Parts: sequence; C-alpha cells; structure tokens
Amino acid sequence: MTTVTADTGSLSWYEASARQRIDALVDAGSFQEFIGPELRETSPHLSIFDLPEQFDDGIVVGRSRLQGSPVLVAAQEGRFMGGAFGEVHGAKLTGLLRAACALHQDVLILFDTGGVRLQEANAGELAIAEIMRAVVEARRAGINVIGLIGGRAGCYGGGSLIAGTCSRLIVSEQGRISVSGPEVIETNRGIEEFDSRDRALVWRTMGGKHRYLIGGADLFVDDEALAFRQAAIDALRGKRGYDKAVLEAEQKRLERRLQRFGEAKDAVEIWQALGLDAPTEIPALPTDAFLRAAGKRENADDAR
Amino acid sequence: MTRDEILASLFPNGSDIEIANAILAGKATLPDGRPIHVLGITQGQNLGVDEAIVLAGHVIEIIGSQDQAPILILVDSASQRMSRRDELLGLSEYLAHLAKALLLAEAEGHRTVGLLYGGSAAGAFIATALSTGTLVALPGAHPAVMDLPSMARVTKLSIEVLKAKAEATPVFAPGLDNMVRTGGIQIVWDETAPLAPQLATVLAQPAGQDDRARLGTERGGRLKAAEIADRVVALATASHQGVQHG
Repeated sequence: MTTVTADTGSLSWYEASARQRIDALVDAGSFQEFIGPELRETSPHLSIFDLPEQFDDGIVVGRSRLQGSPVLVAAQEGRFMGGAFGEVHGAKLTGLLRAACALHQDVLILFDTGGVRLQEANAGELAIAEIMRAVVEARRAGINVIGLIGGRAGCYGGGSLIAGTCSRLIVSEQGRISVSGPEVIETNRGIEEFDSRDRALVWRTMGGKHRYLIGGADLFVDDEALAFRQAAIDALRGKRGYDKAVLEAEQKRLERRLQRFGEAKDAVEIWQALGLDAPTEIPALPTDAFLRAAGKRENADDAR
Repeated sequence: MTRDEILASLFPNGSDIEIANAILAGKATLPDGRPIHVLGITQGQNLGVDEAIVLAGHVIEIIGSQDQAPILILVDSASQRMSRRDELLGLSEYLAHLAKALLLAEAEGHRTVGLLYGGSAAGAFIATALSTGTLVALPGAHPAVMDLPSMARVTKLSIEVLKAKAEATPVFAPGLDNMVRTGGIQIVWDETAPLAPQLATVLAQPAGQDDRARLGTERGGRLKAAEIADRVVALATASHQGVQHG
C-alpha cells in the first residue's frame, strides 16, 4: 500500500491500479477503506456466468485526507470486469455519497469504467440511477463531487452519465468520456458510422483533449498522479451547490454548443470553429502546448 | 395501451399536450382539479442530444413556474442515440443534464412520476424514467439495459444459455418483471381499471428517500445493494476509532 507514494511524480495514472491511484492522490498513509477486500464482499452474480470474482468487486471506497482536509474517495479498478458497475460495486459508491451528506465531506470519484456490468445489468443500471440521485443530493447540500478520468477503461456508458452529474471533472488525454463506446456504435450503426479500429478517430471524438475543448471537462492534466492530485486540490476550491441557476446556465451552455457545433462532422471542424490555431495539430501537442492552444476553448464555468 | 388511450384514461377532464418529434409537453387537470405537467418521449424514439436538450428545457420552465405541480413523464423510447455526432457533441452531458433537471424538480417540490408504457433502454432509461421520484409501468412495458442478442455477443454465450440463466435470476435479463423485482419500478398499474385513481394514489405518497434498493431487497431481486450502501454509511459516520474495517 505504501510502495507507490514515494515515487508519485512518475506514476502514470493510466497504468496504475485503483489502489495505487488512491495512494498517490491523497495524503500519505491517510486512506482508510470501508468494506475492504478482506471482507470478501464479492458479486453474488458472476458465478452464474462462471466468471471469477474479486474481493473488492472492482471498487475501493474510503476516507482520507487531501492537504490535511478530510475527503471521501472512490476508485474503480478498470482491470476487473472493465471497471463495470455491478450491484455491490455500485452500492459501495452510493453509500459513500450518502455518507458525504451526513459528514458534509467532499468526494473524489476516480472513474475507470466501461459502464454497466452486463452480467448483472439490471442491478448495475439501477446502481447508476441511485448514484446519480445521491450525487445531486450531495451537491445540493453544498458538497463538491469531483470526477477524475484518465484510466484504461475510460469513462463509458452509465459511468459517463454519473460523470455528467459531478461538480467538476479532471481529465487527461487518455481519459475518454462517452455514452456508447466505439464498438457499440459500430455494431449498431455500421462501420461507415464509426470505425472502432480507427484509434485516432476514437481519441479525437471521445478523448480528454476534445472534452476539455468543448467544455465537457474542467481541468486538463498530464497522465501523472501528482498532476491529478494538484488538480483535485484546485477543483475542490470550486463553487459549491446545485440549484436552478446552475441548471439554467448548463441549459444555455449546452444549447450554445449545439448551435455552434451541431453541424460539425468531425472534432477537427469543431476545433476550427473554436478558432484554434492549427486544429489538425491538436492531437499531437504535449500538455503545456495544448493548454496554450486551448485558450479559446468553451469553458463550462460552473455551468455543470 | 396506446399513448392516446393512456392520456384519456389518466385525464378524463382533458389535457392540453403538444407533440413535436415524438416529444410530449403540456399540462392536464387531475380529477381533483389540481394541475399536472405532462412530458414524454414516445414512439420508441432514441434519446440524443437534440431530444434531451428540449426535454430538459421543458423541465426548467416548470421549475421556473414555481407552481409546485407534479410532473408526469411518459416513456416509450429506444436507447440513447448511438451515433458519432451525438458522442462528438458530448451526449453524456446532455443525458446527465436531463437527469439532473428531473432530480432537481423533485427536490424543488414537484413530485416527479415516470410512466413506462413501452420500451426504454440503457442511457435513455437512466436519463428519463429512472431519474423520477417514482417510476410506475403498464403491462407490456419492456425496459432493458441491453437486448439479449447484443448481450449474447458481448458475453459470448448463446441466447438459449442466457435465457436459461435468466430463469434463475432477475438481475441481468431485460423485461418488466425483472425491473420490478430489482426495485426499479415501484408498481405495475392495472390497465383494465381507470388510470386516474392509480395516479392519484402515487401522487398521494410524499416525496421521500430513494427506496429502490430497499424494494429490491424485499422483492428478492437485489439482495445486496441496500445492505452494502447502509454499511458504508455506518462505517463512514461512526467515530474514527476502531472502525477501520467492518
């Protein structure tokens, strides 16, 4: 548990496990897990499909400190069932968000998920709905719920809807946010609609840079644990609360996006319409150059 | 029941509801004379960025009216629209925005009731029906996360094997009964009786906590969710001493 904290500067968020991410994110030694793997609260449903279980059901939840302040943390393990939401997995996050209301403590959600776990699809779908309701209730109580997205599995399906309820989102280039995954679109609509093997197309349509440029994410960071940590500290300072004014501002923001970019056929057209210099160069830019180039991006400005 | 039969049975005093591109919006009068807002996505429509922003706009107008009247949202949709354009434009934000609008409406004093009378699936189901305070259904409704053929493809199991497994558990297969047993749908209405009194019964319930996991436990369809969530709350809110593990 402590092997990573000494070397956080070089820890790739994308490559790290859920537990490594937590250890690198919060104050050293401050994390205490709720219902840890030693309790073996596994999915009761995977055995129906002869699939292996994991003792934490692919999510780690607990309390910790960030720069000395208490914060609740949940981290999904993308390497177990693609980080997908099942019954136990989802219920741990629902419970954490309800606890946040009771304790009045902020929450960090480290997304790494393909969405609902199909082997327990109904339970997973309901878990998503329960989590979204719990996020909104927490935000209405003045709690900040911050999403961190940069894992292997991305943030797909129901996970992307939960992300859409968060106060703020931190994303790296590797962080893909999308409801339907590339393969799902291709399967349903054909390869002419979306070629899931065209990785460049996937990244520029769903990847962190595009989401940051259109206002779908608030902070863009390097694929490094320390960068995520600093961004989480910054994000927690953001405006609190969720009310009609925020909802109306988001309505205007999302209407404006449709007006500005609704006819675009490709992300490059959107970046061009944003007025970015050399839009075709965007995917190749390193973080500092990208952030300089992103000056004319659409900013969510708390309208989320 | 068709949409028009449902509206006639719900609102014998009449309603003033407009339909544009399969999106319903309007108002009706309950038998006791009180007003109710009516929204809907119908005709098996996909829910994409264009539909979600329109529906959310209606919900925001209702919240702005401050009339505290309940909202009924009729749902007969497909899944979220699976397209390059919708994802390019950030569909997740639009669906979450609609969900937040409905959740905020309930919190601001408008009872929200979903009526699932046809299909609904995946992200569209979450952003509409599952974002209401109370979800009811009519017989014949067919909610799904994913249809069985697609599920067979992903799980690499045959449809026959999946069907056999679905006999033993309500946890994964599509269908109304499974969604009732897992607690997602509070009640299935009787379509042979007038719907207006059945709606009145639901509206008489006060807005409350999210009780879906509890219902899932009671009905035997989701035995772990409520218990695990409660345990996390108990562990997190207990004093720090001696509760590192539980």
